[in-house]
Amino acid sequence: MKILGLDSSGLVASVAVVQDDLLLCEYTVNYRKTHSQTLLPMLDELCRMTELSLEELSAIAVAAGPGSFTGLRIGSATAKGLGLALDKPLVAVPTLEALAYNLCGMEGIICPVMDARRNQVYTGIYRFEGQQLVTVEDQMAVPAEELLEKLNGYGEKVTFLGDGVPVLRESIGLLKVPCTEAAPHQNRQRAGAVAALGGKYFKEGRIQSAQEHRPEYLRVSQAERERKAREEMKRESETESTGENQ
Amino acid sequence: MEDVLILAIESSCDETAASVVKNGRTVLSNVISSQIALHTLYGGVVPEIASRKHIEKINQVITQALRDASVTLSDITAIGVTYGPGLVGALLVGVAEAKAIAYARHLPLIGVHHIEGHVSANYIEHPDLEPPFLCLIVSGGHTHLVIVKDYGEFEILGRTRDDAAGEAFDKVARAIGLGYPGGPKVDALAREGNPRAIEFPRGKLSDCPYDFSFSGVKSAVLNYLNGAKMKGEEVNRADIAASFQKSVVDVLVDHTMLAARDFSMDRIAIAGGVASNGALREAMEKACRRRGFRFYRPSPILCTDNAAMIGAAAYYEYRKGTRHGWDLNAVPNLKLGER
Repeated sequence: MKILGLDSSGLVASVAVVQDDLLLCEYTVNYRKTHSQTLLPMLDELCRMTELSLEELSAIAVAAGPGSFTGLRIGSATAKGLGLALDKPLVAVPTLEALAYNLCGMEGIICPVMDARRNQVYTGIYRFEGQQLVTVEDQMAVPAEELLEKLNGYGEKVTFLGDGVPVLRESIGLLKVPCTEAAPHQNRQRAGAVAALGGKYFKEGRIQSAQEHRPEYLRVSQAERERKAREEMKRESETESTGENQ
Repeated sequence: MEDVLILAIESSCDETAASVVKNGRTVLSNVISSQIALHTLYGGVVPEIASRKHIEKINQVITQALRDASVTLSDITAIGVTYGPGLVGALLVGVAEAKAIAYARHLPLIGVHHIEGHVSANYIEHPDLEPPFLCLIVSGGHTHLVIVKDYGEFEILGRTRDDAAGEAFDKVARAIGLGYPGGPKVDALAREGNPRAIEFPRGKLSDCPYDFSFSGVKSAVLNYLNGAKMKGEEVNRADIAASFQKSVVDVLVDHTMLAARDFSMDRIAIAGGVASNGALREAMEKACRRRGFRFYRPSPILCTDNAAMIGAAAYYEYRKGTRHGWDLNAVPNLKLGER
């Protein structure tokens, strides 16, 4: 069983192939360059290095969000195009689950954090039972303070990772439990983790067709948000004015 | 010679489209998934919403295009895709998808300029049309007057200095309460109005007779509306639509005829979304007939954004040997004639 992993959800672009219990190849670049320009050449390099023919793949696993909207779509469109062209299924791996899987087997609470801007982080709360990833709280977009409060509730040591960790630093005083940060080789998105976790999900039958796959943004667009706010304001002023009439 | 089948993908704005085109001129399928209804809520195209819709629809649209053409990917010679100009997030969906398909199937990849696509829409229904000819390209984002010297080779004679023609239509439509998309709505209402009722200015630029300016006429419409509002007068929206449209169409036709005379061109084509405007088609046809020019225009369905036109353009690029690498990126402000 060979699983291709793709992750372009954040600043990192990463491609990998996992064969059964072995990482055959991983190519990860954490450098400000457009994923649109790098992702497919990286895949091409990976195929050449491992003499991989894409027809051998069992499935294409992709970091399916949250993350940069555009970055997610580059990864998803690439996965969808490969899936369509090769007639292979996709495995949508939640970005934060894949990030947490970098620390597979670690004790305590695992908390991957991504910078979501607008004073929020994308995060989730996980732990490992042996090698099994257990979701304690599913991925979400919340203010840093809210996340720290949640973590206090578990009363356990926390290991943070991800590009959102600097966002937490300002309010880290709120955290009442011990914490550490993952090592440099573990603390960003890696397609090896996407492919490895994707392989597990594939075996569990958690697959999608290339056609139905779409990213999970965890957030509506700004235009939708503003329209909703306008409508709510309108509704409130309407109820107020009817109130006055009574 | 063996048939060349291009699978073309277009996602530069608010239509997700795919098409299979044979030898540049025969459209085997032309699938368009429009998002207009969605963007109408916002009075215009919202880039993030457009991009999200593209990724939801793109595989379905491509699969349908292959099915409608009764072919599979094994029959396809090359993949063509719009890589600019347009909304970057929207373009990226088509580009990433096209690259992945081409890579996985070992097919040549051809990035196509969106406007070159619009021009090429004329080849589809006019087997006799070959370069050189004069082409007026008018859409929501572009207003260009060009000589098509050869397939994919353009000499730009004039362009807009401010708003694109279609943009002026959208803004005026909004001002008189017609909403989005403005072009077809102004066109329809104008049929009930008198084009000579109000004299709006014709944008003329003394230093370059082929260039365009539409911000003046747009402002004149807004001023007219404001003036009427201050005086408490009712306005006749149909007359405004008809008079505004006439002032835009007059300029488009005048400049095209001037360029045809100056450059001795006797074949005139129009392209782009605004090329489906009824008044423009009639006026250009009349002006061409009077001078003995041949006039070419795509059917309205091929004027708006579609992938068949991208397939036509990609075919001629394919013949010329154009091939793009796996690092092809979306270029939102790609200039006409650039590679």
